[in-house]
Amino acid sequence: MIKKFDKKDEESGSGSNPFQHLEKSAVLQEARIFNETPINPRRCLHILTKIIYLLNQGEHFGTTEATEAFFAMTRLFQSNDQTLRRMCYLTIKEMANISEDVIIVTSSLTKDMTGKEDVYRGPAIRALCRITDTTMLQAIERYMKQAIVDKVPSVSSSALVSSLHMVKMSFDVVKRWVNEAQEAASSDNIMVQYHALGLLYHLRKNDRLAVTKMLNKFTKSGLKSPFAYCMMIRIASKLLEETEGGHDSPLFDFIESCLRNKHEMVVYEAASAIVHMPNCTARELAPAVSVLQLFCSSPKAALRYAAVRTLNKVAMKHPSAVTACNLDLENLITDSNRSIATLAITTLLKTGSESSVDRLMKQISSFVSEISDEFKVVVVQAISALCQKYPRKHSVMMNFLSNMLRDDGGFEYKRAIVDCIISIIEENPESKETGLAHLCEFIEDCEHTVLATKILHLLGKEGPRTPTPSKYIRFIFNRVVLESEAVRAAAVSALAKFGAQNDDLLPSVLVLMKRCMMDSDDEVRDRATFYMNVLQQKQKALNAAYIFNGLSVSVPGLEKSLHQYTLEPSEKPFDMKTVPLATAPITEQKTEIAPVATSKLPEKLAPSRQDIYQEQLAAIPEFKGLGPLFKSSEPVQLTEAETEYVVRCIKHTFANHMIFQFDCTNTLNDQLLQRVLVQMEPSEAYEVLNYVPAPSLPYSQPSSCYSLVRLPEDDPTAVSCTFSCTMKYLVRDCDPNTGEPDDDGYDDEYVLEDLEVTVADHIQKVLKPNFGAAWDEIGDDNEKEETFALATVRTLDEAVNNIISFLGMQPCERSDKVPENKNSHVLFLAGVFRGGHDVLVRARLALADGVTMQVTVRSTDENVVDVILASVG
Amino acid sequence: LCLEPSLYTVKAVFILDNDGNRLLSKYYDPELYPSMKEQKNFELNVFNKTHKADNEIAFLEGMTIVYKSSIDLFFYVVGSAQENELMLMAVLNCLFESVSQMLRKNVEKRTLLDNMDGVFLVVDEIIDGGVILESDPQQVIEKVNYRVRDCVEEQISLCNELTVQLSDVTKVLQVSSF
Repeated sequence: MIKKFDKKDEESGSGSNPFQHLEKSAVLQEARIFNETPINPRRCLHILTKIIYLLNQGEHFGTTEATEAFFAMTRLFQSNDQTLRRMCYLTIKEMANISEDVIIVTSSLTKDMTGKEDVYRGPAIRALCRITDTTMLQAIERYMKQAIVDKVPSVSSSALVSSLHMVKMSFDVVKRWVNEAQEAASSDNIMVQYHALGLLYHLRKNDRLAVTKMLNKFTKSGLKSPFAYCMMIRIASKLLEETEGGHDSPLFDFIESCLRNKHEMVVYEAASAIVHMPNCTARELAPAVSVLQLFCSSPKAALRYAAVRTLNKVAMKHPSAVTACNLDLENLITDSNRSIATLAITTLLKTGSESSVDRLMKQISSFVSEISDEFKVVVVQAISALCQKYPRKHSVMMNFLSNMLRDDGGFEYKRAIVDCIISIIEENPESKETGLAHLCEFIEDCEHTVLATKILHLLGKEGPRTPTPSKYIRFIFNRVVLESEAVRAAAVSALAKFGAQNDDLLPSVLVLMKRCMMDSDDEVRDRATFYMNVLQQKQKALNAAYIFNGLSVSVPGLEKSLHQYTLEPSEKPFDMKTVPLATAPITEQKTEIAPVATSKLPEKLAPSRQDIYQEQLAAIPEFKGLGPLFKSSEPVQLTEAETEYVVRCIKHTFANHMIFQFDCTNTLNDQLLQRVLVQMEPSEAYEVLNYVPAPSLPYSQPSSCYSLVRLPEDDPTAVSCTFSCTMKYLVRDCDPNTGEPDDDGYDDEYVLEDLEVTVADHIQKVLKPNFGAAWDEIGDDNEKEETFALATVRTLDEAVNNIISFLGMQPCERSDKVPENKNSHVLFLAGVFRGGHDVLVRARLALADGVTMQVTVRSTDENVVDVILASVG
Repeated sequence: LCLEPSLYTVKAVFILDNDGNRLLSKYYDPELYPSMKEQKNFELNVFNKTHKADNEIAFLEGMTIVYKSSIDLFFYVVGSAQENELMLMAVLNCLFESVSQMLRKNVEKRTLLDNMDGVFLVVDEIIDGGVILESDPQQVIEKVNYRVRDCVEEQISLCNELTVQLSDVTKVLQVSSF
């Protein structure tokens, strides 16, 4: 009867949702009937449902009221109504974090968990583990172990999953249950097996050997659960990646065999794992691609989506592997699910021929407004890749992009378009003017400061070199009038570049600068005043140093040096040369854009790799007083990949010294190495000053030892040297299982490969955005020129790449890209030599029978010029 | 980009009505939309992008979302961008089938709300803290062992009760008349 009245109340309250106008206080009031005897299960159930519903809607419960309701709820354990009891478990889980003293239900839950009613046992375990902390876990450990191997699947599963949740909290306790989990893994129930495997992996994932054993066991015996197969495929592919195992490994065979599994889920997981493997050959990809091709015509949308999304990824790296699926992809263009259609089109754009581009672009523009921002970014990335492939299509693309730029869209989307336009401009000189015009139009109405400043910077760089630079001035100056401080400051900098490069514009730029000096913002005024004064000097060298090519030092490094200078004030002015240089930005990242990954993390200025090394080396007392770190090389492997000890070396160059950092890894689990150092025998007048050994090198824990070497002072041209290296250490045998070493040890040594120091180790890359200006700035005081014949080189591309990697300098003005079908090319390289001397190299290349190269070197130091020419020859 | 092998497959699951209001929702990854406001924004965004066309799968805010609708209800399962879409589908199908069996195929808002406790229990049996606990609807139904309430049945039982009481009364009257 009571229930009936309830219903009436609700119905009069709202038409369709009985919970719509719930009042928290009223519900808590009602909860008092929990204390009535006898318990009315139906009413209590209804009230518990209301409480959980309120919690689910995000209603806030104060600690006191929650605790009160929770305590009242505990009385309901007296009732034997099944659903009511289950709802009590749910309430416990929901309230575990808001109510106090939830542990009072421990004994009731333990009773249910070990009781006769199987329906209660699983849920009771899960509720109990939710409220248990590390200290109490010991008390229920015995029950948990029993529950894991219980013959009732729901009990076993619940115990395994709860254990997994508790691994984060108390790894050491849960680790003791590994035998029980092992037993559960051979269960006949598919879910139990899956959960047991998951738990086993989490407990053992740091022990590669154990994981390998586990994989071997289950791949041989076969699994029942498709979920477990997916899990095993992921473990196998992670292991392959870590061990850099070849594709002839049994792990790869296992993944490939899963392509023939009867569950689509497993087949897809295997295909996707193969596709994501680094350096997969086309032949290894083929079976994976062909199952994905089958999925493309599945009636299930999710399967089609999964297939086309994965094919899209394959197309990024191996477009030719996907061409076989072109027909199936064509059918998906009209798919009613727009996500599938977009992915299909962008994949086709990557694999299709040049002739199909126009048609596909037309198709996609018909529904681009209907798709979500994430997919619009995918489209833009596909266009960007296409422009690199078919440069002649740039006008179609540019048109399309400018239309997209006008549409609504979020920041990520707009940024992708702007990046794409910028890359087209850089690749195609013919598209420069139209591209700049589109961007100018865009910043007229752009709400994203970052994009506006980026475009202004680009205008400053490219605008002055176009046939009619004057037309950009208006767009830039409009920003000074209308925008926020950051954009105004960027606009002022852009204006200065026009003034510095175009003499006929200089008077008007100076007038505009004068206006900017009245700006309300400090930064804008400062910039304007600074540029005004530099421009008025009308000196090319000043313009080059202060307007075109800004600072090339690392910003965190500069901050640290300045801080140091203020701590130890001295009479000497601060010397910019003591600041470590910024490592040249990597410009080649376009091809590696993650497909649809939207990064949510704010980008912060991470300290560069070199700044980290600087910090690490400064912490070693032996290396005090060497000055700032000048350059750190890429790691060089001194051993084969599959040897007992793996050693790689990083060369750190300082003004007059070098430090060799040897990263050693011991791959023998029955040995502990101590006092590890690498002895070096130089071939030239290099002097080894000091060794810093690694005190101890246990199994699979990398550690570093160092050698300090003084560079020859009397002969500045001796830049290259070969060192023969031997690793010396004390071996102590140890028990592979416990890692306990023997008391005695013996000395041993291990011969490593020779280590080369080349001219590239003495030069740091520096990007000069305006090479011509920098060339004039240095002047021809120390200029030398020589001609070489490179007989073994067959193409200009090869020659350019060889020179760049040999000298280790930064190519400027995109001169590292050799245009097609040309037989001459000019390469511009910039760098700083150890000791802070600027070096610029201009190499004119001509292709005839072999490549002829005329090298011109300019530097602020005469010796440096000789060094470079000597090393080239 | 590679997936860390883990049992934590499901990031969130929610059931919305045909106005996009939340009826039930669970978030299993504490880093994903920690506040209620973010959660409801996400749900609304998902609803707006999905309620017009029954497309089964969508990709929003860096998440893969599979969904299914029935009359005035929308069921969603959310996973990470790299997650196996078919695993998410298995969860969604299990959720939908279990609810449908429990409600005797009346998968619509009113019946669902009348049996909200059962729905809470079904979700609890399918996913535990983001781990797929069970994927077979038959098993879920057995474990939950829930007796559906619907209005008609209730009225019948009420009528029966009344008849019994009436007959008692008539008996008493008959007895007393003698």
